Amino acid sequence: MCTLEKKGEVFILTLTGPGEHRLNPTLLDAIQSALNQVRVAATSSSVALITTAHGKFFSNGYDLDWAGSDKLRGDLMTSKLRSVVADFITLPCPTIAAVTGHASAAGFILARCHDYVVMRKDRGFIYMSEMDIALVIPAWFHALVKNKVGSATAVRDLMLRADKVTAEMAVEKGIIDLAVVGAEETVEAAIRMGEELVRRKWKGDVYGGNRVGLMWEVLEEIRKFDTSTGSRL
Amino acid sequence: MCTLEKRGEVFILTLTGSGEHRLNPTLLDGIQSALNQVRAAATSSSVALITTAHGKFFSNGYDLDWAGSDKVRGDLMTSKLRSVIADFITLPLRTIAAVTGHASAAGFILARCHDYVVMRKDRGFVYMSEMDIALVIPAWFHALVKNKVGSATAVRDLMLRADKVTAEKGIIDLAVVGAEETVEVAVRMGEELVRRKWKGHVYAGNRVGLMREVLEEIRKIDTRTGSRL
Repeated sequence: MCTLEKKGEVFILTLTGPGEHRLNPTLLDAIQSALNQVRVAATSSSVALITTAHGKFFSNGYDLDWAGSDKLRGDLMTSKLRSVVADFITLPCPTIAAVTGHASAAGFILARCHDYVVMRKDRGFIYMSEMDIALVIPAWFHALVKNKVGSATAVRDLMLRADKVTAEMAVEKGIIDLAVVGAEETVEAAIRMGEELVRRKWKGDVYGGNRVGLMWEVLEEIRKFDTSTGSRL
Repeated sequence: MCTLEKRGEVFILTLTGSGEHRLNPTLLDGIQSALNQVRAAATSSSVALITTAHGKFFSNGYDLDWAGSDKVRGDLMTSKLRSVIADFITLPLRTIAAVTGHASAAGFILARCHDYVVMRKDRGFVYMSEMDIALVIPAWFHALVKNKVGSATAVRDLMLRADKVTAEKGIIDLAVVGAEETVEVAVRMGEELVRRKWKGHVYAGNRVGLMREVLEEIRKIDTRTGSRL
């Protein structure tokens, strides 16, 4: 479901296979396992992590089919994503998402929880689909998007109007950092960014601490029990 | 370490000398004393405060050499800066930083806690150096920067990537060529604001409203980031 490789000091986590990379417990556990490996490596040297995916999708969000109407399954899946994103936020190294396909709903959240987002310009879009599929967005999704996207207008268009935003538009709106033509080139640009950041030789625990400081209110929301939105996610 | 003069209705607080104006208890006490004088004057008339500095540095941050590994010294220094910034935030008059040199880490925090920041364009930069010197930034620094800088990307580049940023709109208000000219522009800005004849305590109340979460963080004991600052 995912692989972890290392190119020099840059780890590359790839969501494999041509499917939608739906975030179900199996995939989330695999991602978490990879993050644990990276965390260990980051204690002894300066590294960076790129997350990318094969095929047409970066991730199309939660595996709603798998969860169905089973509250237990739903709770398991959503709590595992919270745990994975909390791990990303506390990871003691720079993180870059190389978004080579569509990133929707929880799939965009997974991408955007990274420090930097490089996205393919010629294909794919960002889409908070929840409004269109009659789902209420949980408070911590809002907290994360607001933390990362400065423009209140861009946030509203994403969350309240379910805009489909291409990479170029996303850069203009301050939603992502860089738009690149081609899937391979997107990953290459992310790797080069990672190598640049590694060259700064920051201490992992300090990096993690400063990111936590920057994203404090997001972690807080992740850890709360969301009674404010009425969301079941 | 610092002087306070008055030009018309505009006070000018200057960090004197050619050094780095490191924020140790002595300098912080000097600044706080000046703020008390300004606060007293503001009860009877509309005034403004410009803060500036001599030499190559506005301020290069905390006096880490002075604090060394002595926790008592470190706590004294960091609590004095919190107290000074809280005083700036509650000051009943308009505040403008005329940044004529480098402003790093706590030195940038000191500049940016002012209502307006005019900065020299041809020399000097803003630099949150903590990442590069392996220090974890305290929660209240994050709160202040986020309160003042609208762009999440700019905040990330400053705090998480330790960018060296020359006088740039969005992080500061106005970029001016030359040190003297920077101070002059700040003084003129101060005079303009004084002409609005706002009541001091109302001004302070409105600023506190604007910066409420920053004051909140300043007053907390930061257990979240693991910062020792």
